[in-house]
Amino acid sequence: MTRQDPPPPTLGCRDTPVIKERGQHEVFCGLTGIIWLHRKMQDAFFLVVGSRTCAHLLQSAAGVMIFAEPRFGTAILEETDLAGLADAQVELEREVERLLSRRPDIRQLFLVGSCPSEVIKLDLSKAAQRLSAKHAPHVRVLNYSGSGIETTFTEGEDACLAAMVEALPHTNARQLIVVGALPDVVEDQALGLLDALGIENVRVLPARRRDDTLAVGPNTVFALTQPFLGGTAAALERRGARHIPATFPFGEEGTTAWLRAVSKEFGVEAQLFDAVTDAPRDRARRAVAQAAETLRDKSVFFFPDSQLEIPLARFLTRECGMTALEVGAPYIHKGLVGPDLDLLPEGPRLAEGQDVDKQLDRCMAGRPDLTVCGLGLANPLEAEGFATKWAIELVFSPVHFYEQAGDLAGLFSRPLRRRELLRLEAAE
Amino acid sequence: MKLSVWTYEGPPHVGALRVATAMTGLHYVLHAPQGDTYADLLFTMIERRNHRPPVTYTTFQARDLGSDTANLFKTACQAAYDRYQPQAMIVGASCTAELIQDDPGGMAETMGLPIPVIALDLPSYQRRENFGADETFFQIVRTLTKPMERSENVTANLIGPTALGFRHRDDIAEVTALLGHLGIDVNVVAPYGASPADVARLGAAHFNVLMYPETGESACRWLERELGQPYTRVVPIGVGATRDFVREVADLAGVAPKLDEGRLRLPWYSASVDSTYLTGKRVFIFGDGTHVATAARIARDEMGFEVVGMGCYNREQARMIRALARDYGVPALISDDHLEVEEKIEELSPELILGTQMERHIGKRLGIPCAVISAPVHVQDFPARYSPQMGIEGANVIFDTWVHPLVMGLEEHLLHMFRDDFEFNDGAGASHHGGHGAAAPAEPRVEAETSGTDGPIWCADAERELQKVPFFVRGKARRNTESFAATQGLHRIEVDTLYEAKAHYAR
Ligand code: SF4
Ligand code: SF4
Repeated sequence: MTRQDPPPPTLGCRDTPVIKERGQHEVFCGLTGIIWLHRKMQDAFFLVVGSRTCAHLLQSAAGVMIFAEPRFGTAILEETDLAGLADAQVELEREVERLLSRRPDIRQLFLVGSCPSEVIKLDLSKAAQRLSAKHAPHVRVLNYSGSGIETTFTEGEDACLAAMVEALPHTNARQLIVVGALPDVVEDQALGLLDALGIENVRVLPARRRDDTLAVGPNTVFALTQPFLGGTAAALERRGARHIPATFPFGEEGTTAWLRAVSKEFGVEAQLFDAVTDAPRDRARRAVAQAAETLRDKSVFFFPDSQLEIPLARFLTRECGMTALEVGAPYIHKGLVGPDLDLLPEGPRLAEGQDVDKQLDRCMAGRPDLTVCGLGLANPLEAEGFATKWAIELVFSPVHFYEQAGDLAGLFSRPLRRRELLRLEAAE
Repeated sequence: MKLSVWTYEGPPHVGALRVATAMTGLHYVLHAPQGDTYADLLFTMIERRNHRPPVTYTTFQARDLGSDTANLFKTACQAAYDRYQPQAMIVGASCTAELIQDDPGGMAETMGLPIPVIALDLPSYQRRENFGADETFFQIVRTLTKPMERSENVTANLIGPTALGFRHRDDIAEVTALLGHLGIDVNVVAPYGASPADVARLGAAHFNVLMYPETGESACRWLERELGQPYTRVVPIGVGATRDFVREVADLAGVAPKLDEGRLRLPWYSASVDSTYLTGKRVFIFGDGTHVATAARIARDEMGFEVVGMGCYNREQARMIRALARDYGVPALISDDHLEVEEKIEELSPELILGTQMERHIGKRLGIPCAVISAPVHVQDFPARYSPQMGIEGANVIFDTWVHPLVMGLEEHLLHMFRDDFEFNDGAGASHHGGHGAAAPAEPRVEAETSGTDGPIWCADAERELQKVPFFVRGKARRNTESFAATQGLHRIEVDTLYEAKAHYAR
């Protein structure tokens, strides 16, 4: 039975008009991506050139500061740096020297731009080139911007990977690049599936350690594992690579469709495809079914946060039986989330950008059973009687591919189950 | 430019946010990019507040730069006023907005809003969070507080508590009780829980209690100068300080000093025999100046510890802490670089750290117990139960909190006595720490001679002898012996060396 894919909805959301909002945003900036990127790339250091605010953001977003000396830090601009630019370049080089001499394990250094560094037009690409020349081949220095005036939350990872693509050498080899920073365990599962499907020459971006053999060219195809990688996709296309459009690998259906798209590109036989995917599909369905008992017929409202909203809304409606009231995303890249929109049954409002006050009004009016939102809104909404799921956990936890499908559903069902469990109403 | 990983204080606008979030009926319009909205989670997650902080961030983007960030600010200001109808507004810039020089204060003024609009000028690239809170509250007071007749009965204002403060919620209750016992009513607590209208009537009080100099001193000075309200200098944390505080307050109020010590347990707990083991425990104290100064007095005079070092991260209190450290005959460390603090702690190798959440992490890494005495703090430092630092109950709470990470006196002996018992497990840790107490890192059980990479060599006998030392001091015994051996130029550690070192470090 598992081989039967459920039919797509008669009317999906691809042509649903999108409400464009421009008001107060309540989202992180792109610097936040450093929190997971530095865990993923084990020989990389992320040096933010910014203000005390940037340092404080990283510390607050990291939440727990369990790492002795994490591989990120902020070079905090001071009055003197703001006065003359020549100074700032020299100062930056001095800080980098100091850092690299203390941390010989660092093989890749990312200079990360912030709002202040952008506003004073500090040229980090120049700094990166100079430093790269000086420290090659031991250390490669790249730069990108994670500033809040240019990037929203997950767009920081996009900017980082795009910068890495620019630096890749050329190849004519036929290969598949799987793009997106996944937890190692999930990445291993994905590579295992692709291997079982007989697809050879599979590479990942970003790799766990600096990989000087990764290259790109006209015979490269790539599949994205995250919907927010529009800039990276464009950078890869500029280098001649071709995108394999697919739904994102969340849940059983999303993962199967993702694998199917890749398999089609590589001419994998249907029989082999079924043989490889049958068992994990079945497991994923069973795992999702458990959480879905809690989620079925409940409504969900997404505040814009990570750009995962549309694929997740697809997962929750198609695989968990929920109804989406509103799906907000900071940015809707139809070229990437189109296949997910096709599967998302007509009905929810789609909103791009944000005006948090208006959105809160709509949320209150809609009284969703579950609200997916940022950390700043979660407790205030809970206090108003709304069950919430913090969106940030969705980018911090392993949620992709078959074996995590049940966990993903569980992230959404837990807040609802908890509400059912607690008996705390005041005595009459 | 300075490389920083963890910071003790946020930028100054976070200080302003702490004031705004503590108050009611006030709204803060902050000219800032979208990422700066992270600050909301400090309040909603760490402090578990159930309301969004009363802040509107303009969240300008790159495409607005140079064109209409100013307009964006005005629109946001108007929308915030229309939606929230505050009694007063504060407006200011974050670090990025400071660079684009839109002048939020000037713009807000031209809008002619029918409420007081207070412009904040917080230099983001020079100052920090505590300054931001202090300056913000000062500006609010300066704008709103008007001279007025004193209340008929003696009243006082409690000045300084903010949102995200270390135990501010409970300190307010404790200090209110101390005053109540003297027959003094509280006129206004501010900023915590105060509305702009409340701030306007600060002048009715006879004097001010400055609870936290970090966040309330400028306002108190101004109130003293302009309204003739004296303010208290003693911060009532600890038994001695609480008694001094009561005397100071009684003096200001012209009443007889009175303190109900019926519930005070610290002195007896400290005197009881089980506490003998606390004698001379070497402590290092770090945090904000006020909490460090009060903790030093408690540590030395009320717990019988030996203070081996102290310091603060807020430069505003550097002078006070330097002077105090001189009194205690120890070096003062004024720094907001946690790596420097860690180095100092490693060098002094105290038996207990009294610090912030930063030192808690340092302690974890070095295997040194730590109790938290000061902001910055994390979610578990906002407990559900009543746990003030000030006053009588504060002293009791402090005794418990500081002793908790240490192994209890009697228990220390019992552990020692039973260490050869087959059921006794070295890794078990102190019994009151449950499953999480096993702080002792797994040490190799060495039969042959061992050595670190560059340290001296332990001969097998000495290593076996070392295993007889209770595990919770074993690491220290090892370190002490090794550094002793190093100073003596010894390359091999024999059983004798171990005991020589023990004698050397004995007190
Ligand atoms: S271990 Fe404690 S202090 Fe550290 S981040 Fe976690 S909760 Fe905060
Ligand atoms: S929004 Fe800009 S200033 Fe704020 S933390 Fe992000 S990069 Fe730094």
